[in-house]
Amino acid sequence: MGSARDIVEECGVSRFLYTDFPLGNPAGKPGDIEMQSAITGMALDLLERAWKPRTTVQTPFVWDPETNDYWREHFMKVDESNQDALAAAGEQRRIAQATVRSEGLGRG
Amino acid sequence: MAADRRTHRSHVSYIDKSRNYYGAQGYSQPYQWAYNQDAPFAPLQKPLNECRIGLVTTSFFERTVDKKTVAGAGSKEPYAALCDDALGGLYNKDLFWDKDNTHTEDLDTYLPINRLREFAAEGRIGSLAERFYGVPTDYSHRRTSRRDSPQILEFVQEDELDAVILVPL
Repeated sequence: MGSARDIVEECGVSRFLYTDFPLGNPAGKPGDIEMQSAITGMALDLLERAWKPRTTVQTPFVWDPETNDYWREHFMKVDESNQDALAAAGEQRRIAQATVRSEGLGRG
Repeated sequence: MAADRRTHRSHVSYIDKSRNYYGAQGYSQPYQWAYNQDAPFAPLQKPLNECRIGLVTTSFFERTVDKKTVAGAGSKEPYAALCDDALGGLYNKDLFWDKDNTHTEDLDTYLPINRLREFAAEGRIGSLAERFYGVPTDYSHRRTSRRDSPQILEFVQEDELDAVILVPL
């Protein structure tokens, strides 16, 4: 059960129940027990009925018809507005990682 | 733009997004995602209502939990723990998910223990295993395939499961 369709399908699995949601809730929306039951039930259907590997089934649920394009575009966005900030954050992270390594604190 | 026409696929490509994102951070070597020509497959060996089903998550226990009570949960090693001990929620703030648009306060959105127990009570599945398993999202394919996967298989065999559902965040 998952929401990162390309990653799972490139890897290749026996059966994949795909829900087109922001990463974090592959088994249904928070608080929506009915949806969670439907999604888990579809996973059980797939377990029972698939007959070939790489069988992907997409659940019918939509995160939010009004904001679907927003979360897709917003997640890990790179554009002119944040390019400099991202480059600086990457540099800082590399310095921090190098410090950890030189002090022998991490496993690399 | 017409709602029923698009110039690009609607599904997010996380492979493309993360390559661009980390590229913009100055990482010149893109991550090498797992790619397999073949995928394994085994049909269920008995009716679903006689099967014991397990769950695998990529979430871990918070570090405040006494590490001695959970095998291997102190560091990022695969672990097995009682489903009952996960009911208060698991820790996943360190993982890669959309923290701006959703949350993981509801366990059954990423580890459907309660939903599967309901299916067991209804007789749709035989039972949910008493233990669930956790697997680290390791950067190293080698550690995932040579260390973590065999360990998860060992847990599955110890618990005599018929099938497991992997639910990565």
